[in-house]
Amino acid sequence: MRSYEKYFRMNRLPHIWCPGCGNGIVMKSIAKAAEQLGLDQDNTVIVSGIGCSSRASGYMNFDTLHTAHGRAIPFATGIKLANPKLKVIVITGDGDCTAIGGNHFIHGARRNIDLTVILFNNNIYGMTGGQASPLTPTGKKATTAPFGSVDTAFDPCELAKAAGASYIARGTAFHAKPLVELIAQGISNNGFSLVEAITQCPISYGRRNKMGDAAGMLKWMSENAVPLAAYEKLAEDQKDEKFPIGILYQKTAPEYSAEYAKVIKLAQEGK
Amino acid sequence: MSQARLMQGNEACAEGAMAAGVNFFGGYPITPSTEIAEIMAKELPALGGTFIQMEDEIAGIAVVLGAALGGRKALTATSGPGFSLKQELIGYGCIAEIPLVIANVQRMGPATGQPTSPAQGDVMQARWGTHGDHPMIALSPWTVREAFDVAVMAVNYAERFRTPVIILLDEVVGHMREKVVLPKAEDIEIYPRRKPNCTKEEGYKPYTPMADLVPNPADFGTGHRIHVTGLVHDETGFPTGSSKITENTIKRLHEKISRVQDEITHYDEFFMEDAEYAVLAYGGTARTAYAAVKIARQQGIKVGMVRLMTIWPFADKVVKEVAQKVKKILVPEMNYGQLVLEVERAAAGQATVISLPKYNTEIFTPKEICTAIEELTAEVVK
Repeated sequence: MRSYEKYFRMNRLPHIWCPGCGNGIVMKSIAKAAEQLGLDQDNTVIVSGIGCSSRASGYMNFDTLHTAHGRAIPFATGIKLANPKLKVIVITGDGDCTAIGGNHFIHGARRNIDLTVILFNNNIYGMTGGQASPLTPTGKKATTAPFGSVDTAFDPCELAKAAGASYIARGTAFHAKPLVELIAQGISNNGFSLVEAITQCPISYGRRNKMGDAAGMLKWMSENAVPLAAYEKLAEDQKDEKFPIGILYQKTAPEYSAEYAKVIKLAQEGK
Repeated sequence: MSQARLMQGNEACAEGAMAAGVNFFGGYPITPSTEIAEIMAKELPALGGTFIQMEDEIAGIAVVLGAALGGRKALTATSGPGFSLKQELIGYGCIAEIPLVIANVQRMGPATGQPTSPAQGDVMQARWGTHGDHPMIALSPWTVREAFDVAVMAVNYAERFRTPVIILLDEVVGHMREKVVLPKAEDIEIYPRRKPNCTKEEGYKPYTPMADLVPNPADFGTGHRIHVTGLVHDETGFPTGSSKITENTIKRLHEKISRVQDEITHYDEFFMEDAEYAVLAYGGTARTAYAAVKIARQQGIKVGMVRLMTIWPFADKVVKEVAQKVKKILVPEMNYGQLVLEVERAAAGQATVISLPKYNTEIFTPKEICTAIEELTAEVVK
């Protein structure tokens, strides 16, 4: 047994994801980050929403919660506030987090509550069969955008930053090793952390947008994901499909559950 | 705590919940329920509890479900439009068997309707608002003091049956002030959080039902590493596609409540010994109905009254017995006629059931109900 496997419920595997799906790589990165940090499995809770990626909670060997579509962050907020000693990790997809859960996402960031949100971004609704999500790039095809998406896609990292998150990073399924580090640092951050993990959906997204098979999509990531420092040096016309990866933003800010503990102290002292 | 105080129904509801051990409140402000949130915001921290105002009604119930799984006794409060928004996650609480109390201080609808006038229009929403099949417990107090008692009871039932319980207030009871004497803390019975019945090594399965058909899923952070989902799951807590397990689960969810239906059906009877007619009412309307029945009695009309505190599960047996005894049952409600349908069903033709609806934002006057009672006696039975 490999050392990180204790973070998986081996009796629940194999997973149900399609061949070539990148979700397994991201999930393994979470397990490896847990191993790197020596996370206490009895004091860590994994919370997910609904969608392909959100099935990961069932495979992971912690207390786990598979919630309703879009609602992982408020459920996680309740768990964290109920028992602030718990580490709470949220697994969510692009549709789950930024469409139906968009409001919860920005308010979680605003509170800077100590949750680590791992946003599996495959640019599509995979489980329902390839409909456009708020992270489907403009012009890309989906079953509900057969002529190419007209909508402008969110940048979830910019959104989280504007809303108040204290740690924001982006990685890809191709850059699997750095992704482990980005997740580990996110879990270590005492506040709202977002790790956007770009992952390939060859079945519902790649095929429709002529990106090739899983290997082709991973190649696209290797060619277009650029470490932040290098990305910032690119001229505008060089940026094209390129996007920055690494730690994109970090700050120190008051954490919500610790701030509320102060409220309890004040009230109990009768002030 | 034992001295007399002037209190509002919403206040009594909040205090009752805290007396029963509620130490977490999450919600979103909506009139006429806001006092419950405001009192919680003020009182909970001193008790070591937690209040959080969420970004919307759905987050307001999601955060409470999370807190309950984290080991807290949790309450949220809302009103009609917010109650509708919470429905999906009320169903989540039912299937994932999470203890939870929702206070719905009803207001006039549909939609924003006539904010925030009194109404009793959410009787059917309380029962059937979610998708799919599950039982529901809903309790409706008629006095400020009873708002306290009902809150204690709701928290205890939520814990005992591991299910969402609804406190179905109306604006009349929620905003009315009365002099009340609350029970002493030591006189309040509290149902404790259910705990795993065996260890992981002994083969603990979080969703194995006990003799009362209720399972004992462990609180998060207690070392059991359980999985909780809104999908149909087997005793391990993990999803299953089995049609047999699905059928058994839905049946068990219903039966864990239906088998105690009589025990949790709370009601009062007044002047029913020799009654030829009955008025059946609940919540704020029952107060007016009680006054009207007393006036009618003074006029020599043999009318009694049944006041329901338990709205769901419905008091089938009580209504059936009443229907066998009286000629007619009058059902005044601040809506177009909702609970009357259940009364009709349970009466099964044994008595004539007459609806007395009111939905113009005004509460009933005793005179209106008196007049309706007089008409009961005047009408020729066909």
